[in-house]
Amino acid sequence: MSSLFSYLGRPAVSVLREMGRMVLFLFYALWMLFRAPGKPIPILKQIKFIGAKSFFVIFLTAAFTGMVLGLQGYYTLTKTGTEGMLGSVVALSLIRELGPVLAALMVTGRAGSAITAEIGIMRITEQIDALETMALEPFKYLMSPKILAALVALPLLCSIFDVVGIAGGYLVGVKMMGLNPGAYINGMEKSVEWKDVYSGLVKSVSFGFIISWVCCYKGFYTTRGAEGVSRSTTDAVVMSSVLILIWDYFLTSVMM
Amino acid sequence: MIELVRLTKSFGKQLVLNDLNLKIPAGKITAVIGPSGEGKSVLLKHMIGLMKPDNGKVMVDGEDITWMGRSQLNRVRERFGMLFQGVALFDSMTVFENVAFPLEEKTRLSRDEIRDRVHEALEHVGLKDVDEKYPDQLSGGMKKRVGLARALLLKPDIILFDEPTTGLDPIICNAMHRLIKETQERFGFTAVIVTHEVPSIFEICDYVAMLFRGRIQMRGTPEEIRGSEDPVLRQFITGELEGPLQFV
Ligand SMILES: Nc1ncnc2c1ncn2[C@@H]1O[C@H](COP(=O)(O)OP(=O)(O)OP(=O)(O)O)[C@@H](O)[C@H]1O
Ligand SMILES: [Mg+2]
Repeated sequence: MSSLFSYLGRPAVSVLREMGRMVLFLFYALWMLFRAPGKPIPILKQIKFIGAKSFFVIFLTAAFTGMVLGLQGYYTLTKTGTEGMLGSVVALSLIRELGPVLAALMVTGRAGSAITAEIGIMRITEQIDALETMALEPFKYLMSPKILAALVALPLLCSIFDVVGIAGGYLVGVKMMGLNPGAYINGMEKSVEWKDVYSGLVKSVSFGFIISWVCCYKGFYTTRGAEGVSRSTTDAVVMSSVLILIWDYFLTSVMM
Repeated sequence: MIELVRLTKSFGKQLVLNDLNLKIPAGKITAVIGPSGEGKSVLLKHMIGLMKPDNGKVMVDGEDITWMGRSQLNRVRERFGMLFQGVALFDSMTVFENVAFPLEEKTRLSRDEIRDRVHEALEHVGLKDVDEKYPDQLSGGMKKRVGLARALLLKPDIILFDEPTTGLDPIICNAMHRLIKETQERFGFTAVIVTHEVPSIFEICDYVAMLFRGRIQMRGTPEEIRGSEDPVLRQFITGELEGPLQFV
C-alpha cells in the first residue's frame, strides 16, 4: 500500500514542486521587471533578436497560411455560393486566431529555444553564479530584457503576420481564382471590427509573456551539462507551445 | 572574518561536509588544501551563499548569511570577489568587456578610466593584446588570469580563489602567487585560496587548512603544517601513494 502511494505520490509531488517553482519564478520575474527592467541597449538587442530576426520566417509562414486559407475558403464557400465572403473569412481567422497563435509558435521555435539554450549554458558554466557573486541580479541582465522584448516583439510580428496573410489570401482568391477584388476588400472591411484586432493583439502580448517566461524559466533551472541544455530546450518549446494553445482557448472563450 | 560553524552538506546520500568548523581570519591569506573531490569548491560556495548548508551556519564579520534574504545577501556580496574553478567568464563578451563589466555596473567611472583600469589589471596578470578575444579563444591558463584580473579589479574585502593557478606553467604560477601576495599586502583583503599547489602555496599563505572526510583535518601556519606528524597530512604533502589516503 505504502509503495503504491510512493509510486503515485513521488511524481505528483515533483510535478507540484515544479509548478510552484514556475509560479514563484513568474512572480519574481514580474517584480524584477518593475524594479530592474535592464538597460535600453540590451533590450533593443533582444527586440532585434526576437523580433527583427524572426521577420523572414514569419513572412513565409504568413504568406503560405494566407494562401492556403484562400484556397480552402474558396473551396468551401463555393459549395454554398458565398465565395464573396472570402475576404472576411480570411481576415477574421487570421486576425482573431491564426496570426497570434502561429506567430507565437514560430517565435517559440526560433527565439524561445535560443533563449533557453543561452540561459541554460550560462547556468551550467556557472556564469549565472558569477553574476550572483558580483551582487548583480541575474534577472536584471538576463530575464527582464528578454521578457520586455518579447512583449514588444510579439504584437508587432503578429500584425505583420495578419497583413501578409491577408495579402496571400488576396493573391489566391482574387488573382488565381478570379474573385472580384472589391468584394474581397469590402467583405473584410465590413466584418472586421476593432474588438477583433484588439483580441488578437491581447493574445499576442500574452503569448509573448508565456514564451519568455517558460523559456527563461527552463534555462534558469538547467542542470547536467550538454544533455541538460538539450532537455531544457525541448521542454521549453513543448511546454510553451502547449501553454500557448491552452491559453488561446481560454482567452477566446473569455473575449468572444 | 568568515566563520563556518558546524557546517553539514550532503548531495543525496553523499555526505560532503560533515559538521565542519573553520575560522578564516580577516586580512590574512588562508589556503584550503585537500584531496580532489573532498568538497573544497563546495566549501567555498557556502562562504558566499551560493550553496546553502543542510545544517550549521556561515558568519561573515559576525553576520549570519546562511538564510539571508536577497537584498541583504547582495549587500554582503558587494564585499566579495570570487574566482571560480571553471573561471565562469561571460562567454559572449570579449575579454575587455568581461573585466570591465563589474566596473561598468558598479561604479560611475568614465569610459577612459574604465579602459585604463582594465588594461592595468590585465597587465598585472601578464596579459596584453587580448582585449578583443573571446573566452573560447584563450588558453586555459589565460582564462584563469582574466578571471583573476576580474576578481581583483573591484578591490573587495574578501576574495575567494578556487584553484587560481591550476593549469598554469610553474613560472606563471609563481608569478600569480606573488601577485596575489602583493595585492593582498597592499590592500589587506582577506583571501581564501583553494589550491593543489603544495608546497609552493606555503610561501605566500598565513594559514593552511586541510579538508579531509568532510572536516578540517588540521589548521595552522605553514610551519605547523610542514612539521605536523599527522599521517594524512604528511602523505598529502609528500604525495606518497602508500598511507591512509587511498587512491582507488
Ligand atoms: N551540485 C552538486 N550536486 C551533486 N553533487 C555535487 C555537487 N557539487 C559537488 N558535488 C559533489 O561534492 C563533492 C565535492 O565536490 P567539490 O567540487 O567541492 O570537490 P573539490 O574538493 O573542489 O575537488 P577538486 O579539487 O577536484 O576541485 C564531489 O564528490 C562532487 O561529486
Ligand atoms: Mg574544486
